[in-house]
Amino acid sequence: MKIAVVVFPGSNCDVDLYEALHTVCHADVEYVSHKQKNLTGFDAVMLPGGFSYGDYLRSGAIARFSNIMPAIVEFANEGKFVFGTCNGFQILTEAGLLPGALKKNNSLKFVCKEIELKVTNNQTPFTTQYKMGEHINLPIAHADGSYYAEKEVLEELEKNGQVVFRYMNENPNGSLNDIAGITNKKGNVLGMMPHPERAVEALLGNEDGLRLFKSLLANGKKKEEAAR
Amino acid sequence: MIATEMSPQEIKSKKPYLEWGLSEKEYNYICEKLLKRLPNYTETGLFAVMWSEHCSYKKSKPVLREFPNKNERVLQGPGEGAGIVDIGDGQAVVFKAESHNHPSAVEPYEGAATGVGGIIRDIFSMGARPIAALDSLHFGEINQARTKYLINEVVAGIGGYGNCMGIPTVGGEMTFDECYTGNPLVNAMCVGLMEQKDMQVGRAQGLGNAVMYVGAKTGRDGIHGATFASADFSDEKETQRSAVQVGDPFMEKLLMEACLELTNKHADWLVGIQDMGAAGLASSSCEMASKAGSGLELTLDNVPQREPEMSAYEIMLSESQERMLLCIRAGFEEKVKKLFENYGLEAVVIGRVVKGHQYLLKHKNSIVADIPVSSLTDDVLEEESQEKMPERILQAGKVKNWIPQVSDATEILEKMLQQPTIASKRMFTQTYDSQVRTNTVVGPGSDAAVLRVRGTKKALAMTTDGNGRFVYLDPKIGGKIAVLEAASNLVASGALPLALTDCLNYGDPNDPEIYWELHESVLGMAAACRVLNTPVISGNVSLYNENNGEAIYPTPMVGMVGLVKNIKHIISSFVQHQGDLVFIVGDTEQDFAGSELQKMITGQIKGHLNQINLEKISLRMMRLLKAMEKGLVVSAHDLSEGGLAVALAETTFGTKHGINLKINLSSEELFSETAGRFIVTVTPENQKQFLNEMQGEATYAGKVTNDKKLIVAYNGGQLDLDLQKAEGLWEEAIPCLMKSKD
Amino acid sequence: MINVRIFVTYKESVFDPQGETITEAIHSLGHDEVKQVHVGKFFDVQVDSSNKTVEKTIAEISEQLLVNFNLETYRYEIMEEA
Repeated sequence: MKIAVVVFPGSNCDVDLYEALHTVCHADVEYVSHKQKNLTGFDAVMLPGGFSYGDYLRSGAIARFSNIMPAIVEFANEGKFVFGTCNGFQILTEAGLLPGALKKNNSLKFVCKEIELKVTNNQTPFTTQYKMGEHINLPIAHADGSYYAEKEVLEELEKNGQVVFRYMNENPNGSLNDIAGITNKKGNVLGMMPHPERAVEALLGNEDGLRLFKSLLANGKKKEEAAR
Repeated sequence: MIATEMSPQEIKSKKPYLEWGLSEKEYNYICEKLLKRLPNYTETGLFAVMWSEHCSYKKSKPVLREFPNKNERVLQGPGEGAGIVDIGDGQAVVFKAESHNHPSAVEPYEGAATGVGGIIRDIFSMGARPIAALDSLHFGEINQARTKYLINEVVAGIGGYGNCMGIPTVGGEMTFDECYTGNPLVNAMCVGLMEQKDMQVGRAQGLGNAVMYVGAKTGRDGIHGATFASADFSDEKETQRSAVQVGDPFMEKLLMEACLELTNKHADWLVGIQDMGAAGLASSSCEMASKAGSGLELTLDNVPQREPEMSAYEIMLSESQERMLLCIRAGFEEKVKKLFENYGLEAVVIGRVVKGHQYLLKHKNSIVADIPVSSLTDDVLEEESQEKMPERILQAGKVKNWIPQVSDATEILEKMLQQPTIASKRMFTQTYDSQVRTNTVVGPGSDAAVLRVRGTKKALAMTTDGNGRFVYLDPKIGGKIAVLEAASNLVASGALPLALTDCLNYGDPNDPEIYWELHESVLGMAAACRVLNTPVISGNVSLYNENNGEAIYPTPMVGMVGLVKNIKHIISSFVQHQGDLVFIVGDTEQDFAGSELQKMITGQIKGHLNQINLEKISLRMMRLLKAMEKGLVVSAHDLSEGGLAVALAETTFGTKHGINLKINLSSEELFSETAGRFIVTVTPENQKQFLNEMQGEATYAGKVTNDKKLIVAYNGGQLDLDLQKAEGLWEEAIPCLMKSKD
Repeated sequence: MINVRIFVTYKESVFDPQGETITEAIHSLGHDEVKQVHVGKFFDVQVDSSNKTVEKTIAEISEQLLVNFNLETYRYEIMEEA
């Protein structure tokens, strides 16, 4: 399984995703520039956190017009794995690959801390190694993480089990329904505000994010085997 | 801005240079001795900024010579963008700190943001990847709307820039004292990591080589920022508001990535690289020429400009942000252009290295400056300064020091944990991304921040410290304490202190008492640096920190970096397991002058400081470090503001533990601030070996418990603190003050 | 040149924490008569006057880029023809 980490101008968690996959998970991973137009040869694509285009206009709003975006949309439509964390999540919503939008935090401030999450769907390719309902801790680091969608959209998300992670105890940004991460209807596109790639090593104090990448790698492998 | 430029004759008679910070004596010296003619408008402007204290250190140079700046590890000392220290394996750590006090007082968000931006450029101009940012902030008491505004905006500016750049803000300090109300101190430090083979310098040399400009376009912002930083501050000078720049961290992120690609992959194209910081194109270009002894010819029409009709004077003196100057080997210009284009940036040839040593500027087909490079960089008149010991220090030596009376130590400790200087700063530090790049092992809220060096066993510890109160009472001893405090923070984290950078924040140096403070404190710092073998490898001086004639406490900020040889020996500040033994390392004396206790009880900072035995403390620290490297230490916390009592409470915060101690100290001594002390926890099985290593410097005091209680039996009483409650008070104190209506 | 000002605001149902904070600040200045503040942004756009379809251009750039319809809505004013 080969994974692309897309680098937009202003991405800054690209290294973190790459290192989590390469150094910690020993996965086959490559940086892909926003200027490229295709994702041939890749089985999964990851959109990193950061401040693409300085977050000017709206977080993720300009990145979605990059050369690479049509390829990512096509990739998602083909049912391949697409993952976006933080700014990556914002880009996925701006591009319409995930419903809703991410607003400025209610506190109006950037917040970086560890928060408690509940895994509310462990049937997605990203979460099979978590237990249903399990509580995990992951870091957040964002200023625009308040998930918003209209009532009907929220109902649809809840009905389909598209809410994968929910904030526990404390909602750090004002997200509706305490939403921290959602998938598309098919379940192959996941966007989340927390940073699992920052929680993959005991040295840095937290390994709760590791199983997200391991789930994906295992499910990618299964898919490859099934295709053979 | 001035619409029509004055002629050389008019400059001589109308003396506009006085407003730009150039004295009449200096102007006459330039006319009579250096140029032997009258300088034109642009040339006068160049002299004014290059001869400002910010660029020339004309006031502070004699004092700065006191600092040691070499040892076996130093690869680059002061004089370049940042200092460089060998950390083994062909790698080096690069760091520098810089003040942005004056801009932050006027426009706190942009002032702080561009301060961060500037120091980051200094680091990547050396060829290093910036890996961490720290700050040192000093504000007035949190009791007026203006101060709260300054705090909120400065913090937002630091976060806004660093977060967007993807450089973690991992540590720093924040203190609050009346004297900083009108003149807050905003000092930023950046640490970078590099391969030694990628080391760069800011030089322009080699006949015919190109001078290239990259980054943001030049506008009229920040003209005379350097002289602005070198002038006293008063409410009347509202016009100075034009001198504040606006930062664009997105531009800087692109610029950084492009410059790192150039320095790390195409060093053969590059001769030199330098940030356009204070005094913009003027200082960067003539410093690059001066360091190489070259001549330079620039065509200013080629400088990318954001505004129409800019004069040569404006182009040279603009302090627009996010710009770099490169010297590129002739023939590689197109390749460099292409590299920057790939990041969406423009690289433009604006001049060449030429024969001789002249600094030749052309604009609109005429020569606008033709002066020797060295006249700008080397010929500045060093200023002799008068020194005088302040009356308060003379007097303080004659009277007995204040001795506190603490009847209820528990109540005093609870109260002290809520003093802003001691209380939790989490509401601010959590607005900084402290983890991006996933190397942060220990983030904000510990003695020092610790980052692992990927791909090695090493880690780097870093801290910023400045205690103006002690320096105010006794600059020399205070200077020693400032360096010791930083070193203690590193040692407590398991790191060997390597070197330091500083920001020397003082009042008006023309006041003999203030110059004396500067001189004495530098002597004290230098003495500590020599004993600890931590040379000063970079730094900056910020003088004229006054507001309407009132000077701040003399506040030298020390930014120090240390090396942890093995990540296994990174030491936590927090107690870890029940049953571990608690030791106090170092003796406690009657040190109440300048203490938090004194401030809390009397509202004043007064008295004289006791002498410091640097050799003894240094030896103690090295013993402790050795014990740590042998794996004998579980946790360690340095004792500073609030003394032992506060440190004990702090080591339990965030854990489920408490501490139970019995010590041979008075209730007052629990709050004494004797320098060079630590609380250390050790497992029972390592006790003997630990005591052996410490050779009498560690005193057993008690145990880590499993309840959230701090119990300290002292001479004549017992402190009994509910830690759950105390942590809540400590955590909520600043949010509460920030929220309260005035 | 045609100068157009495009106003982008949150849809009515969307919570506007900036607006709330500013309202509070206004109240602390003593202006209790101010009941509500909504924050929005505007874009000054200069369109080449040869463009006969300025309204279409504005609608397109607003809908594709300037506005996120999950949250926001917009209106515009054609300011002047220079």
